[in-house]
Amino acid sequence: MSAYEKIHAAISTANDSGRTALVPFITAGYPEPKDFIATLKNVASAGDVVELGIPFSDPMADGMTIQRSSFVALQKGVSLKWIFDELDSAQGEIDAPLVMMSYLNPLLAFGFEDLADRALAAGVYGFIVPDLPYEESTELRAVLEAKGLGLIQLVTPATPEDRLKTLCDASRGFVYAVTITGITGGAGLPVDLADYLTKVVSHSTIPVCAGFGIREAKDVAAVGQYVAGAIVGSALVEVLERGEDPKPFLEALIE
Amino acid sequence: MSTLFAADEAKRLLDAAIKGDMPDERGRFGPFGGRYVPETLVPAFDRLEAGVKEHLHSPVFQAEFQKELREWVGRPTALSFAPRLSEAWGAEVWIKREDLAHTGAHKINNAIGQALLAKRLGAKRVIAETGAGQHGVASAAACARVGLSCSVFMGAVDMERQAPNVDRIRRLGAEVIAVETGDKTLRAAIDEALREWVTDPDGIYYLLGSAVGAHPYPYLVRELQSVIGTEARQQMLDQAGGLPDVAFACVGGGSNAIGLFYPLLGDDIELIGVEAGGIGDGLGENAATLATGTPGVLQGSYTIILQNDDGQVQETQSISAGLDYSGVGPEHALLQATGRVKYISARDDEALEALGELCTTEGILTALETSHAFAAARKYAKQNPGKRILIGNSGRGDKDIPTLTKYPAGI
Repeated sequence: MSAYEKIHAAISTANDSGRTALVPFITAGYPEPKDFIATLKNVASAGDVVELGIPFSDPMADGMTIQRSSFVALQKGVSLKWIFDELDSAQGEIDAPLVMMSYLNPLLAFGFEDLADRALAAGVYGFIVPDLPYEESTELRAVLEAKGLGLIQLVTPATPEDRLKTLCDASRGFVYAVTITGITGGAGLPVDLADYLTKVVSHSTIPVCAGFGIREAKDVAAVGQYVAGAIVGSALVEVLERGEDPKPFLEALIE
Repeated sequence: MSTLFAADEAKRLLDAAIKGDMPDERGRFGPFGGRYVPETLVPAFDRLEAGVKEHLHSPVFQAEFQKELREWVGRPTALSFAPRLSEAWGAEVWIKREDLAHTGAHKINNAIGQALLAKRLGAKRVIAETGAGQHGVASAAACARVGLSCSVFMGAVDMERQAPNVDRIRRLGAEVIAVETGDKTLRAAIDEALREWVTDPDGIYYLLGSAVGAHPYPYLVRELQSVIGTEARQQMLDQAGGLPDVAFACVGGGSNAIGLFYPLLGDDIELIGVEAGGIGDGLGENAATLATGTPGVLQGSYTIILQNDDGQVQETQSISAGLDYSGVGPEHALLQATGRVKYISARDDEALEALGELCTTEGILTALETSHAFAAARKYAKQNPGKRILIGNSGRGDKDIPTLTKYPAGI
């Protein structure tokens, strides 16, 4: 099984047990770098795949919550190298496959080859790069695929149908279906998701997970009618921001 | 950066740039440029690119654009010989007067061009970012002229130091949206405008003000601003009897500089871009991107940026809001890497001194941005006596009065 197939497997296991897979997002090292691994373990115990946000100075696809968490993490010295060091120290203790969400520039600065090596060693099996459209992704995709790592494509309600097919074919790990035309941290889900999500699923041979605007159990249930998994980001980061335990929040989402 | 390419590769790339073959079909200026945007915006960029291809060089659009430049912007702008400055510097100094263009800076060339394009593409609403406020004013004016609603994103720091322009933007009927995120200057304003665009990629036209960002913006802005260099070249031949030895322009994102330099690339003219040297050479003390930066991706483009070892973009410092930017247009990155254009910096105090000298010798209050070009030209003239120097005077300095009041006149 290649690394990115472990992501499929984790999502399928959840689906086989009769529920929507849950993909929680946390900003790495937020709110406190010293609590990073403890927070990650806790979140991973309630989620099927964990999306780890790499803080960046210019998060142009993110709303206020993730901008704020990203800024705080950077202020406290969080970097990609530090994140990998921390993950290495927690080998075998994190109960879910990880995917990293990072803007392109920190990955470029790290170097793609080193990135792939360290990711594989740290249990990071996929990457979501919100400012790397398919047309610019050849180089990173090749480096990742050589190691069995997946580059997860985003699709959106604005994506034309022929492009949707291309993106679904290219995606590895899962297909990230953005639910809204907007940035992260929106107030909630749009009402007419059925056509869009059904269309994405029809083009994909791998699991589809929906994200953006998912805040409550009813949102998870709403997307769960159509897709394999639900990604919860800003709402979870707000829980961490308030200093609350994320586990009960996550468990309540899939009840 | 001049060691980035082997000599023959640099020559090949430069020849292609001079021939007009840059950017390529993928929006690349050699290795620089490209289109690094969120997936939601990809169809919007595809539509914009198709619209630029269809209209920009069509006779109908060009006739409309040229008419607006002539009758509303007030082009051609003058080329002024500067006799007293020439005498003081021991040089022959010519000034291309973009400060005389409508709204007081070169920004209007791009703004009216893109507003006309937005109208043709059926935009419901225009958004724009602004640093010094000149692009905000130009966008507000151009949108009023063509009948489109306009919202301008402006960093809270810039709103304070360029207060007169905030008022002008509002009077011209546009909305000013204060940006309190990030560094609260130009870079944050661009991030915020992109976030807004993502909410309605079909209805919004993003009127980007500099030759930066994802393809096709660096190309589109260059084409619309090249009128500066095309006019200046002919005016030099007519008025000075020959081309200059050297041309100077200030560089933030680099729209006025590419507008002046692009039509001069094939001539035997030394070209010098001047960035903001701020208060010192340390990271975070200036906005001298090309002088001290490294390659990376910022706001849609692979270019030279100010960043730390982790790829985090660094904040900048400059007395001039319009140069206070951590990135630079990708075509400038190429022109530097090929060695065709030299990029240097002038510090805040040098810019202020040059501003004062231009006021009292030639009766021109230039913008703080432009003052950097004068500061560098002045230093050059002292080291290279007797040269014929062309300076792009990108804008007027009235907007800088709130900053200038902190420094007594005559320094």
